[in-house]
Amino acid sequence: MPTVKIPPVLRAQTGGEAEVSAEGATVGDVLRSLADRHPDTAAQLFSPEGELNRYVNVYLNDEDVRVLDGLGTAIAEADTVVILPAMAGGAGSDY
Amino acid sequence: MATDQATKTQIEELSPAEAASEIDAGGVALVDTREPHEYEEAHIEGGRLVSPGLLRDEIASVVPDRSQRVVLYCRSGSRSAKAAQEMSELGYENVANVDGGILAWQEQGLPVVTAEGLTPEQRMRYSRHTLIPEVGVDGQIKLLNAKVLLIGAGGLGSPAALYLAAAGIGTLGIVDDDLVDESNLQRQVIHNTERVGTPKTESARLSIEALNPDVKVVEYRTRLDASNIIEIIKDYDVLVDGADNFPTRYLLNDASVRLRKPVVSASILTFDGQISTFVPYEGPCYRCLYPTPPPAELAPSCSENGVLGVMAGIMGLLQANEVTKLVIGIGEPLVGRLLLFEALSTSFTELKVRRDPDCPICGENAPQIPESEMGKFPDYEAFCAG
Repeated sequence: MPTVKIPPVLRAQTGGEAEVSAEGATVGDVLRSLADRHPDTAAQLFSPEGELNRYVNVYLNDEDVRVLDGLGTAIAEADTVVILPAMAGGAGSDY
Repeated sequence: MATDQATKTQIEELSPAEAASEIDAGGVALVDTREPHEYEEAHIEGGRLVSPGLLRDEIASVVPDRSQRVVLYCRSGSRSAKAAQEMSELGYENVANVDGGILAWQEQGLPVVTAEGLTPEQRMRYSRHTLIPEVGVDGQIKLLNAKVLLIGAGGLGSPAALYLAAAGIGTLGIVDDDLVDESNLQRQVIHNTERVGTPKTESARLSIEALNPDVKVVEYRTRLDASNIIEIIKDYDVLVDGADNFPTRYLLNDASVRLRKPVVSASILTFDGQISTFVPYEGPCYRCLYPTPPPAELAPSCSENGVLGVMAGIMGLLQANEVTKLVIGIGEPLVGRLLLFEALSTSFTELKVRRDPDCPICGENAPQIPESEMGKFPDYEAFCAG
């Protein structure tokens, strides 16, 4: 089963899991099966129309799925999906 | 002298001007066949020192490919002619000698690198740099002449500033409007307990001055905003982004693309870090990677979620590594690559980042910004608030 890497900001919605296995023939199927299992992730991954939210980057192995076939990109058993949100932590100040 | 003459006729002789144009065109291995003290005094830029007595042992590591075009020089041209002869015996096929050596070269008014750029103290201080062939005196002089701006003297900025200062970056600008807080000290190693309550830029300056008097620190006790960013960043060679908020990151990106300044950008949260190097128009920009900022619930800060102290050191020093390479002009910076680090599994993941042809800032159809509009930016607070 393909592996999905969960970013820290979504781990509260996956019960703390950093990696989950999820079934599917395409990247979209895999993400939807993740969302079925952890419903709180759905709103953060998908727009109400079912499209991937623009602020969420999704990679199949090392390639952005937007330059592949998007959510329709075929996925193999050994593949890894990386969900990547932008992060801004750095200066670590409280302002 | 008859034997010398005989040796010299067997190899191709280049006038200094011919050698200079070949060197400029690239693809030439330039080898200096003198003694180290002569090399230190003055050498041709890019020349690698291989002393005559060490030629047979060292040349293969300096020029591994025997079909490579090699240009040799020494003081007057005779030691290098002998070296050229020796190299052709070793199987090098394409060796030429600079006729008249570096003396003739200098007589023609061609430039040399002198150790005069380094004081005796600097030669000692930076000797572990100058010993590395890829850095050398030339690279150290580039570092000493470089101007690097750090956005934030916090988690990432602290280790980056310390190592860049130690490396002899000539001018370090630091932008931060915050005061040192006790909760910073778990990772912001440029500050210390005594300086709690003092401005971070001042605390950073004191640490840097104690570490390396060669570095000029410029303090900007302010936040970057649309009104000041162009003025602050315009004179710097490389920008180091360790900002803790999205409006500043987008503003910095858009301004750096306008001024074509490279940005080494990193961020950290809990056990995770990300880093990439954005070189405008050579690779993607921050907006090609993240066209839209995430909503607030997906963008927690270190003050809400925490961060492992060492994450600041690891990612901040990866930033310092990128800066060092960009300044010296060596290696492969993280252009078009996003490197992720996860501390619990100690694993790195590299992702490809491509230029977005539709990027509103660096894409093909991005609007040209006239000079008069250079300092005008959209409202990033509103943009990031969604």
